[in-house]
Amino acid sequence: MANTILAILEQREGKLKKSSFEVTSTAAKLGKDLGLDVQTVVVGNEIDGLNEISKYGVSKISHLKNADLENYSPNAYTNGIADLAKEVSAEYLIFSNTALGKDLSPRVAVKLNAGCLVDCINLEAKDGSVVATRPIYAGKALMDVKPKSEVKVITLRTNVFPAEESQSPGEANIQVKNIDSPDLSTKVVEFKKSEGKLDVAEADIIVSGGRGLKAPENFKLVEDLADALGAAVGASRAAVDAGWRPHREQVGQTGKTVTPSLYIACGISGAIQHLAGMSSSKYIVAINKDKDAPIFGVADYGIAGDVFEVLPALTEEIKKLKS
Amino acid sequence: MKIAVCVSHVPDTATKIKIDSSEKAIDQNGVTYIINPYDEFAVEEALKTKEKIGEDSEVVAISVGGDSSKETIKKALAMGVDRGILLKDENPRDSFGIAKALSEEIKAQGCELVFFGKQSVDFDNSITGQLTATMLDYGCVSVVVDFKLEGDKITAEREIEGGKEIVESKLPAVITAQKGLNEPRYASLKGIMAAKKKTIEEKPAASFENLTELVSLKKPAPKQPGRILGTDKSVVPELVKLLREEAKVI
Repeated sequence: MANTILAILEQREGKLKKSSFEVTSTAAKLGKDLGLDVQTVVVGNEIDGLNEISKYGVSKISHLKNADLENYSPNAYTNGIADLAKEVSAEYLIFSNTALGKDLSPRVAVKLNAGCLVDCINLEAKDGSVVATRPIYAGKALMDVKPKSEVKVITLRTNVFPAEESQSPGEANIQVKNIDSPDLSTKVVEFKKSEGKLDVAEADIIVSGGRGLKAPENFKLVEDLADALGAAVGASRAAVDAGWRPHREQVGQTGKTVTPSLYIACGISGAIQHLAGMSSSKYIVAINKDKDAPIFGVADYGIAGDVFEVLPALTEEIKKLKS
Repeated sequence: MKIAVCVSHVPDTATKIKIDSSEKAIDQNGVTYIINPYDEFAVEEALKTKEKIGEDSEVVAISVGGDSSKETIKKALAMGVDRGILLKDENPRDSFGIAKALSEEIKAQGCELVFFGKQSVDFDNSITGQLTATMLDYGCVSVVVDFKLEGDKITAEREIEGGKEIVESKLPAVITAQKGLNEPRYASLKGIMAAKKKTIEEKPAASFENLTELVSLKKPAPKQPGRILGTDKSVVPELVKLLREEAKVI
C-alpha cells in the first residue's frame, strides 16, 4: 500500500540547494492534502545542515551515503532512490526541475514504472490524486495533466513554489544508510565552475542584453548593472548567435526559461521566443529605444529610451541605494 | 557501429500557439512544422561521429509519430543520415510511450550509440533520452555541450547551473545534445537530392498505454500591460523607487 511522499533533496559540495526547501515544503503541503507521510532523501557524502529540513514538517530524512557519491553518478543515485522509494512504499516522488532533477527523475521513473509530470508550476490535490499545471511551448501555453500510474514522479520548476516552514514541525529522524559498491559506470569526474558569475537559471534578478547594445564590449553596461544588483547576466538569442555572449546566458525558447523576481531587458525588442522564456518573471523592466517593441507588452515598467544613456544612470542610482 | 539519432517533428519556434476548441490540442491552422532545433545538434554529432569512425558505421534516424514526421526524417536524411525509420502512431503519446517505442527499435537495430536533442520544444519535457537509456540499460549523459569517443569510452561535458560537469561513461550510451555542442551543417542541394533515394521504413510503434493523461490545454493569463515611465534617464529615480516600494524586488 503506497503511503508516502518522498521529496528528493539536492546537495552540491555538501550543501543543500535552495530548491531542496521548495520541494520539501511542497511535499509537506501535498502530504497534508492527500493524507500521506512525508519523507525526504538525499544522496551524497558529508552534508551540512540536514536538520534544517525538519522545520518544513517531515518525519524522516534518509541520507544515502558514500564517499564516491559526493558528485553525481546517475546510476548509483537512481538505484539508491528507487530502492528507498520501494522500501517506504512511496506513491509520489518530488524532485526539483534542476539540471540534476531533470537528469535523475526520468531514470528513477523507469525503475518504478512511474508517469512523469515535469517542470510543474502548480499542483492541485483533487479527488485523492494530483493535477499538475506545466508550461509547454516554452510557456506559450499551459497544460493540465494528471498521472495514471500507481507511482508518480513530479518535478517542480525552481523559484515558483514557496519554501514555508511548518507551523508544527517535529524533529525529523535522520537515518544514514551507507551505500556499498555503488554503480559508478557513468560518473561526474569533475565540476568546472563558470567564472565567478551567477547562473540565469538560479538568479533572483537577471539583467539581459540584446542586439540594441550594438557590440559585445557594450555588455559592460549590462554587467555593471548586474554587479550593482547582485544579478545574473542574460542575453537574447540574437546576442548569442552573433557570438557576443555564451549560450549558457541565453534566455528564451532555445535557451533557458527563467522566473526571477526581477528581469531587466536592455536593448531587447522581444521576439516571441524570448518572451516565452522570460514573461513569467515576477517583475519585468524594459529599456528600449523603440516604444512599439513587443517587450513593452510584457513589461511592468518601461523606459522607451537609449540604453547607453539609461543603463549607466540606473547603475549609479542602484549603487547610491545600496551604499 | 550503428548510430541512432532520434528526431521529433515540432511547431516552428516562431509560431504563435493557439488552443483548439477541444482544449486538448493546439490549433493547427497556420502552424508550420520543423525538425526540433536541438535534434539538429544531435544529427550533426551523429554524422561527425560516423565520419570519425569511418566506413563501417551507419546513422539511422528514428522518429515516433504520424505520417507528417516523415518530413523531419527527410531533413535528417538530407543532412547526411543514411536511412530513416518512422514508428507510426497517430495518437499522442507521453514521453514514456515515446521512449518505449524508441527503446524497442534501438534494441532491434542494435544501435550502440544514440543521440537525442536535449528536449523537444513542443512539450518541453527533456526526459525522453534519459527514459530511453534507462529502459535499454545504456549509459547516458544529458544536456551535452562537448562529446568525445575513444574506443568504447565516452567523455562528455554537460551543462548544469553555474558550470559544467565532466562525465565519463561507456558504450552503449545515449547522449542528449544541447546548443553549443556543434554547428549543424546545412542540407546541401546534393544532400537533398541524395535523400530522395534513401529509404524511410514505416512500422507501427510498440504498443503502450500512457502513464499520464492530458486534462486540458490553456493559454497563460495575459500580463497586465505596464507603464512606460518616460523616454530618458530622468525617470530612473522613479523606476528605482517603484522597484523598491511597489514591486519590492530590490
